[in-house]
Amino acid sequence: MTSPTKAEDSGSAVALEPELASTSETAKNKTGLEGRSPGRLMWQRFRRDRTGMVCAGVVIFFFVIALLAPVLTAISGTDPYTLYGQDPTYADKPVLDEFGLPLGYFGGVSAEHWFGVEPQYGRDLFAMLVYGMRTSLYMALGVATLLTVTGVIIGLVGGYFGGRTDYWLGRVTDFFLSFPSQLFFIAFMPVVTAFFVDPREETPTYFRALAILIVLWVLGWMGMARLVRSVVLAVREREFIEAAKVSGASPARIIRKEILPNIVTPVLVQFTYQLPSTILTIAFLSFAGVGFVEPTPDWGRLFAAGAQYTQQDPAFIFFPGVALVIFILCFNLLGDSVRDAFDPKSGR
Amino acid sequence: MSENLTLPAQQGSTDGAPSTTETLLEVEGLTKHFPIYGGFPIKRKVGAVQAVDGVDLTVGVGESLGLVGESGCGKSTTGRLITRLLEPTGGRITYRGQDITHAKRKQLAPVRSEIQMIFQDPYSSLNPRQTVGSIIKSPMEVNGINPAGGREKKVRELLELVGLNPEHYNRFPHEFSGGQRQRIGVARALALNPKLIVADEPVSALDVSIQAQVINLLQKVQDELGIAFLFIAHDLAVVRHFSQRVAVMYLGKVVEVGDRESIYNRPRHPYTHALLSAVPEVRVDEEEQRERIRLSGDVPSPISPPSGCRFRTRCWKAQDKCATEEPPLVQISGNREGHLTACHFPEDPTTEARDEDVVLDPALKALEDSAGKE
Ligand SMILES: Nc1ncnc2c1ncn2[C@@H]1O[C@H](COP(=O)(O)OP(=O)(O)OP(=O)(O)O)[C@@H](O)[C@H]1O
Ligand code: SF4
Ligand SMILES: [Mg+2]
Repeated sequence: MTSPTKAEDSGSAVALEPELASTSETAKNKTGLEGRSPGRLMWQRFRRDRTGMVCAGVVIFFFVIALLAPVLTAISGTDPYTLYGQDPTYADKPVLDEFGLPLGYFGGVSAEHWFGVEPQYGRDLFAMLVYGMRTSLYMALGVATLLTVTGVIIGLVGGYFGGRTDYWLGRVTDFFLSFPSQLFFIAFMPVVTAFFVDPREETPTYFRALAILIVLWVLGWMGMARLVRSVVLAVREREFIEAAKVSGASPARIIRKEILPNIVTPVLVQFTYQLPSTILTIAFLSFAGVGFVEPTPDWGRLFAAGAQYTQQDPAFIFFPGVALVIFILCFNLLGDSVRDAFDPKSGR
Repeated sequence: MSENLTLPAQQGSTDGAPSTTETLLEVEGLTKHFPIYGGFPIKRKVGAVQAVDGVDLTVGVGESLGLVGESGCGKSTTGRLITRLLEPTGGRITYRGQDITHAKRKQLAPVRSEIQMIFQDPYSSLNPRQTVGSIIKSPMEVNGINPAGGREKKVRELLELVGLNPEHYNRFPHEFSGGQRQRIGVARALALNPKLIVADEPVSALDVSIQAQVINLLQKVQDELGIAFLFIAHDLAVVRHFSQRVAVMYLGKVVEVGDRESIYNRPRHPYTHALLSAVPEVRVDEEEQRERIRLSGDVPSPISPPSGCRFRTRCWKAQDKCATEEPPLVQISGNREGHLTACHFPEDPTTEARDEDVVLDPALKALEDSAGKE
């Protein structure tokens, strides 16, 4: 009944009304027609944060190293599997002395072996580290992504639909939270592996990876689910959700268009905290002997090995240790910066 | 299209006369009880908040009905029931002869676009992650409406209609002031060419200086597009210039309803008198003195409302009958047609000062007595 043309006609009448164009209301309409989205504002704030930028650089650097591990080892001419100390091919270039300790200074640092070699076997530490980082980072990325997706789905469903659904999802979350996770990682890893692979046979590496993924995933999604649920509960109460309902939007559309964009921020912040802690957990699993095993290069395994060698060759733990400390520190600082940049108080 | 032709001049002339237009929305005995759960270890229903308890309203085509009452009396709940954001416990909602009381989302689809809502809080009613353009466009997308010239063109027209720069299409809500945001909310409500807009205290969150601008905008929209309004407000002052008819609510019930002239100049229900005396005096040149009524205490809890007349705990005319018998909402003698009052012992139809002020607030009374002695 009200035709668009009608609306158009009356439009000019209203717009021209002098009191509507009062200065107080129009003063804010400065130049620049493109609005700055909350995301853009966040990016601008983040760019001003020096620590955040540096840490982001470092984190990216680590990921690039992990990604380029084959290229880097091609340049250094080493690989993480060859036993440079025992392989007769390399007998002309001895790296270990008769006690199995690296020759030369600082764990055998040389032009061939940039970070030195491993005692006993003589494997190249540089190659083991970059490949180890590759394993850890990609595992962690996989786990953190799975956790996030699961947590977001469960939190969204519980928070949006509420009532009985929320109650039971909450109980399930509590149930999983009640596991002492570190102990269960250690206890469950062999169980999960044995479930799929005959214990008498050799477990393939990809399978170990899968088992780690499953265990960390099943025991790790609860934090994200709780966070998402609480955010959804808050967003759901806001009037724009009701406005969408009044316009007839389906629950799927409301979740997709109205709620999801509003939980991206806390999820992203949580993700940046989740990733380094997952790396540490995976390293812990390998360290405890239930994660990756010989000869798969892995960050955590380097620590397990380094702990054995500390008496004779303290230099061995140096490079993996420093790398891990720098990485975790920067990642956590990055998480703080991301959170600060998203902080709603600093910009409306 | 005839209702579109309602002009401001005409509206002025209908002042005071009971509205005779075609009925758009009819609400009968509308009830909403929010259950209260408690008990240990098994939770069960231990009571109910009787937020809305048998409300009857009608809104005519192109008419503006004001719904007034103190905080917590169930105005928002009524509005949300009518827009079907809440499921009614009882009663009937009829829109153009169609019963929509318990219609599901899909069944409601044809009517959806015709009943829209403007919200109270301009800061929470716009999604901060969407541009103004997509906020206003979204209802059209949901309902598959493709206006001539495209949705974006329509959005720009709407922005202009509500007094915003159409170039702000790609801006985000955080870049606007409260008043501007409320205009965006109005534009969104208009996007579907509605026939009825439920406005839940659309200006009470705004600065006083901006309130008038937004009210004027709504008035323009109502006059020029012939949209019916259910305008919710917590005092009679805001509604005064906007609504042809006014309904006064108290604790989940309509206690008095009538055309503007009757409610403001010839109120019968004691509660309406009290509300009116709380409206700040605007006309200084007025000869007659207005009555003064100061109620004491708060609205009783809607969990266990008083028996009989719900206003009796604060009413200065209450008698035994009020506690036992609930007064029906009827046209009492001396009222004009369409002016209904729910009271056993109505007041005189005047707002002139009475011999003695009704001051029921003990603290205020003590204060005034001591001031008088000096
Ligand atoms: N979802 C709910 N669950 C339980 N009780 C509710 C709910 N919504 C409203 N109520 C109760 O219903 C009563 C009426 O609330 P309503 O919001 O309709 O009041 P109102 O007249 O709009 O008040 P205000 O002027 O403060 O907005 C209040 O006592 C409130 O506590
Ligand atoms: S019915 Fe009785 S208590 Fe209720 S408003 Fe009238 S006089 Fe007061
Ligand atoms: Mg309200």
